[in-house]
Amino acid sequence: MPNPFAIQTVTENGLSIITLEGFVDAHTAPQFESAVQSEVDSGRIRLIVDCEKLSYISSAGLGVFMTFVDEVRESGGDIKICGLVPKVKHTFEILGFQDIFEMLEDQSAAKRSFTAN
Amino acid sequence: MAAIERTFTLQVPSSTENLALIREFVTTIGRQATLNDEEINKLELAVDEACANVIEHAYGHDITKDVSVRATFDDERLKISVIDEGLGFDPAKVNQKSVDELIHERRSGGLGIRLIKTLMDEVSYEIEPGQKNELHMTKLIKK
Repeated sequence: MPNPFAIQTVTENGLSIITLEGFVDAHTAPQFESAVQSEVDSGRIRLIVDCEKLSYISSAGLGVFMTFVDEVRESGGDIKICGLVPKVKHTFEILGFQDIFEMLEDQSAAKRSFTAN
Repeated sequence: MAAIERTFTLQVPSSTENLALIREFVTTIGRQATLNDEEINKLELAVDEACANVIEHAYGHDITKDVSVRATFDDERLKISVIDEGLGFDPAKVNQKSVDELIHERRSGGLGIRLIKTLMDEVSYEIEPGQKNELHMTKLIKK
């Protein structure tokens, strides 16, 4: 069986870095949603979702991104995605997420992207 | 010589907790049916989406109900049927917008069905609400 789900959030220089590990499906997506909600409720709207250890995502997980993206952008923040493995990146691309979200190679690139903006 | 058709069935309680087990089942079947990695990934996602829909919408997370996943394949096609005895649904009433439109309108509802139709080669439904509903999804096996 693949790795179970784990999520970690750290705050660094005004950025919230949410690291996903394992799979985000209909069962684990609520935990992801809660983590993002917690950041947004606390006014932390510059979010990086590090997917380097994310092995699978379904529409339940993709829906979490969709739920918050407008709200954070309207408040001057953003959600950036980094570290996608090919399989997960393909799922994002099937749904055209590359047109909506900036997808960067790794956390460093994502942090620089926020600084550059 | 006629191709041999093989059938495997997994039946689990209707809980999202069991989606990982279902995915493991279909990916194993996909490998046995000699699908390539890309096709197996599509199969895995499509079946996950179908089963999540049953658990959440047909059964309303009623863990006393069961979801069955039946896989039948020969050397030409792999057919996965997701079977439930829930409320059923009319696919004609599902949002007819494309995946692209749903995404750009920030609407996640209905994404699962649209994904299934994008990922699989053939999709059909047999609906008998409260009795037996079957969602059939087929992947053609490329040589």
